[in-house]
Amino acid sequence: MHELSLCEGIRSIIAEQARVHGFTCVTVLRVEIGRFAGVEKAALAFAFDEAMRGSEAEGARLEVIDLPGHALCYGCDRLVDIEERFSVCPLCGSAKLMPQGGDEMRIKDMEVI
Amino acid sequence: MCTVCGCGDTVQFDGKRQTELLPYGHVLAQAPAKHTHGHHHGLGPAGLSAPDLSQARLIAVETSILAKNDGYALSNRAALSELGVLALNLVSSPGSGKTTLLCKTIEMLGDAPLAVIEGDQQTSLDADRIRATGAGAVQVNTGKGCHLDAQMVGRAMDALKLPRGAFLFIENVGNLVCPAAFDLGEDAKVVILSVTEGEDKPLKYHDMFTAASLAILNKVDLAPYCDADLDAYEANLRRVHPTIEILRVSARTGEGMQAWVDWLRGRLAAKG
Ligand SMILES: Nc1nc2c(ncn2[C@@H]2O[C@H](COP(=O)(O)OP(=O)(O)OP(=O)(O)O)[C@@H](O)[C@H]2O)c(=O)[nH]1
Ligand SMILES: [Mg+2]
Ligand SMILES: [Zn+2]
Repeated sequence: MHELSLCEGIRSIIAEQARVHGFTCVTVLRVEIGRFAGVEKAALAFAFDEAMRGSEAEGARLEVIDLPGHALCYGCDRLVDIEERFSVCPLCGSAKLMPQGGDEMRIKDMEVI
Repeated sequence: MCTVCGCGDTVQFDGKRQTELLPYGHVLAQAPAKHTHGHHHGLGPAGLSAPDLSQARLIAVETSILAKNDGYALSNRAALSELGVLALNLVSSPGSGKTTLLCKTIEMLGDAPLAVIEGDQQTSLDADRIRATGAGAVQVNTGKGCHLDAQMVGRAMDALKLPRGAFLFIENVGNLVCPAAFDLGEDAKVVILSVTEGEDKPLKYHDMFTAASLAILNKVDLAPYCDADLDAYEANLRRVHPTIEILRVSARTGEGMQAWVDWLRGRLAAKG
């Protein structure tokens, strides 16, 4: 989606954390991305390297943890796990699904020096 | 945007550059040698200082990447709710008819208090069109930015001095992708889809159609000329978002406009 703006968000969170925790260098950054967050992992990794240049996280390794997607099924009124945005309901076969969650974009933790 | 490290942005409000909006205490640098940051680029050959690896530690962060935006959105929402103002975030691909729809809407709303925030990468053309109707408008130029964020909208709201019980229309940058992720503090996103764009767009750009409460199917006057299947548009919208509301409209001929104005008045009444 807008991986570069996401990286700007990551960058300002890192700057804030650096102020609070007093580190100068991030070696590993772990992010959690929901399946329906619309984030392209390859594009995120590319934008990350570019956007972290000159920051505490320049040269840091980015690790992406996938979070599952859930949807509310209007066919059987249950919350179901789905693999793809346009999967049908695994319980009743209905195609009327509304994503619930799976749009997370979070920084989980980071290894710093 | 900072040419050395790529951070920052050049947001303009009605043509005035807002340097204070730049993150990290930036001053727009003239040349790389004068590049001034709140952070440092390091002193080593690759711009990196060599760290002492024995000091490594793990810091739990557990923060949304968009936390900063969401914080501003929260305070916009509180301010809007305090004033009883109904805010709508109008999103679409470029040229779907957002500004045309707004001009017509303003005319139909008559004396109702309202204001408009116009988001575009460049030019104040859209704000000029809105002001020509007599309504108050602030143009936000996002420069290279592909969407409005909640901080820009908060500042524009301050500039507008919103009257109590007003409608606030926020016309986002024409882009069916990025604005979906950025909460501005609005009451609802309204997606405008014109019938010349193709029935498959809800499926291809589903995030936006999932995020919107109402879809306006605009330019229905052109449907016969481009073999547009309006039922197929609606079916694809509901495939992506089973409960989305849909209105068929022509901002040019006025067809369907009354239903939209009624929808607006209903939402404002429900909020107040
Ligand atoms: N036939 C027809 N043309 C329309 C209608 N609504 C808008 N247009 C035309 O579509 C073109 C684009 O309209 P705008 O209102 O500028 O679209 P926009 O979404 O604001 O464009 P951006 O802000 O640049 O993304 C103009 O030529 C309008 O006259 C409509 O209902 N029918
Ligand atoms: Mg416009
Ligand atoms: Zn089901």
